[in-house]
Amino acid sequence: MGATSFRLRRRSLVVVAVALVLLAAVLVVDIMIGDFPLTASQVIDALLGGGTRRDQFVVTELRLPRALTGLLVGGALGLSGAIFQAIVRNPLASPDILGVTWGAGAGAVSVITFAGSLGVVTGGAASVGLPLAGLAGGLIAGLLVYALAWRQGIEGFRMVLVGIGVTAVAGNVTHYLLTVGDVQDAGRAMVWITGSLNGRGWEHVVPVALALVVLIPVALIGGHVLGALQFGDETSRGLGVRVNVARSFLIIVAIVLASVATAAAGPIAFVALATPQIALRLAGTAQPPLFGSVVVGGVLVVLSDLVGRTIYRIELPVGVVTAVLGAPYLMYLLVRSRREARV
Amino acid sequence: MSGHLEGWALGRKSLVGLLFLLIVLVAVCLASIAVGSKEIPLAGVWHGLFTPTGVEDDVVIRELRIPRTLLGIVVGVALGVGGALMQGHTRNPLADPGILGVTHGAALAVVLSIFLLGVSSLVGYIWFAFAGAMIASVVVFLLGSAGRGGPSPVTLALAGAAVSALMHGLVSAIVLLDQQSLDAFRFWQVGAIAGRDLTVLTQVLPFLLVGLVVAAFNAPGLNALSLGEDVAKSLGVRVGTTRSLGIFAITLLVGGAVAACGPIGFIGLVVPHVARAFTGPDYRWLLPFSAVVGAILLLLADILGRVVARPSEVEVGVMLALLGAPFFIFLVRRRKLVRI
Repeated sequence: MGATSFRLRRRSLVVVAVALVLLAAVLVVDIMIGDFPLTASQVIDALLGGGTRRDQFVVTELRLPRALTGLLVGGALGLSGAIFQAIVRNPLASPDILGVTWGAGAGAVSVITFAGSLGVVTGGAASVGLPLAGLAGGLIAGLLVYALAWRQGIEGFRMVLVGIGVTAVAGNVTHYLLTVGDVQDAGRAMVWITGSLNGRGWEHVVPVALALVVLIPVALIGGHVLGALQFGDETSRGLGVRVNVARSFLIIVAIVLASVATAAAGPIAFVALATPQIALRLAGTAQPPLFGSVVVGGVLVVLSDLVGRTIYRIELPVGVVTAVLGAPYLMYLLVRSRREARV
Repeated sequence: MSGHLEGWALGRKSLVGLLFLLIVLVAVCLASIAVGSKEIPLAGVWHGLFTPTGVEDDVVIRELRIPRTLLGIVVGVALGVGGALMQGHTRNPLADPGILGVTHGAALAVVLSIFLLGVSSLVGYIWFAFAGAMIASVVVFLLGSAGRGGPSPVTLALAGAAVSALMHGLVSAIVLLDQQSLDAFRFWQVGAIAGRDLTVLTQVLPFLLVGLVVAAFNAPGLNALSLGEDVAKSLGVRVGTTRSLGIFAITLLVGGAVAACGPIGFIGLVVPHVARAFTGPDYRWLLPFSAVVGAILLLLADILGRVVARPSEVEVGVMLALLGAPFFIFLVRRRKLVRI
């Protein structure tokens, strides 16, 4: 038992180390590629404070904030998804299905519409208001799903179905708002609700970084509680874990993570869903590894953004790339989980 | 003998209930013709319906309100019956065509028709939406029932979510690249029965009628299937055929409705539950009740949408989601568990 867990732990340490190296490499490659191509050494020079002023500007003001936003948003979504999936005990749970995503969408699109052609909100309030409205919408929808699914405790299946209901309301409100403003507003809103890293600067990096700095340790400390939850309510109770308290706390952490990430980059589809499953298979653990999910999520979003901005002459938002790549993966999971259930 | 008598008594009670609902439907129709940005008194409605002389009210009634009301009735019937069939065949009280991907299938087809072929009229979208809805519903059903256990509520809902998300991703990509597509599409994707003329209705009506007839023939088999596939087999029901017919009917009804009006969610989910309160589980009664209740609810939501944001209107699709989703959540909370 001791040897096994040591070997397992060593394996996940190796995976994390490899992933961190990969992360740095992906970051550098992502910064290299663009309208002004840079070499790897130019990028590293600029990151360390050297290089020409042009290189400095391109790297630290344009590309690094965007890449970091992608990295952090992906990490937050990955962690959020890992927590949801461990608690709902279903590989298909994620903030996309549990209401957070479309709630944030409805919040942000209402600001875009009312600040746009309707001109109700203007100037600075509109640009500060957009991420804030996204944050508020995501939090409200997530907590609403949580509260409505509560019935002497949280049952995963019920939470998924309540999430589908709340998602439908938020989605329809969003669609309605798209028809209210003019087509420019609708276009901006579409980009936002698809999830995009275009034009993200340091002001987007900071909030997500802060949230991650606070919430990653919190989630990791909750990790062994999560481990106990894997055995089911009865066993956990036997182990002395206050199931409902622990579960509520972690669900709220997951909702906040997903909302903060969505506020920064819009609801990037499928990252939260696919990341924990990929991390789980890489790490060879029984449950989604929390830190591993952070790393894998970051890599996934940065790479998808790289694909999105280079694959076609017009830049595609990162959310399109992740949805088109992620949906077939979900279908594969569905078919596979049915086969497993049959055995 | 006594069982036969009981059945007859139940039948008579149901018949009375159905008559009552039909009277309600007539009243709602009159309200749908009278209420709007221009209020028309009942005397004016009567005048416009039976002795029109071409005054302004008459034109409003005959050109706008009547087509809208007729379309509301037909689509409400189709979605009500489609929802009841869907719940019967998936054995899932939470099944709704909107959850099962039909909507996004139609949406992708409509966007492609705008983007690639420059289609720009509501009538032009019909066939594309119809084809897209058909393909999506078949894919979701196959994907959701990939195992031997057949479709379960969760796998169907999630298969629908996956297929919907893929199509949604493709739709986003297209409308982001092409602003004209976005401009046309954003008005299609909130389901509405306003602004359609009778051509739309006449185009989809044949499909809806065929769907209704198939549904009627499907009812006895569905009753047997609800006892479980093994019992149904021992009663001599051909399970495969009955299921295929049912899915065929669902696709015609729901696909036709989406084609005519755009996505209208949640009515197919809510209506069978309301109807069941009158009829119990017998599909021979449930289907006609669902039809009438569907028409009533759709028109009521539409009327409410005209009143709630005067002088503009909120589309019926949005109104139904706002009214229907709370009901859905109420059901989820109330049921012991929905895994059948």
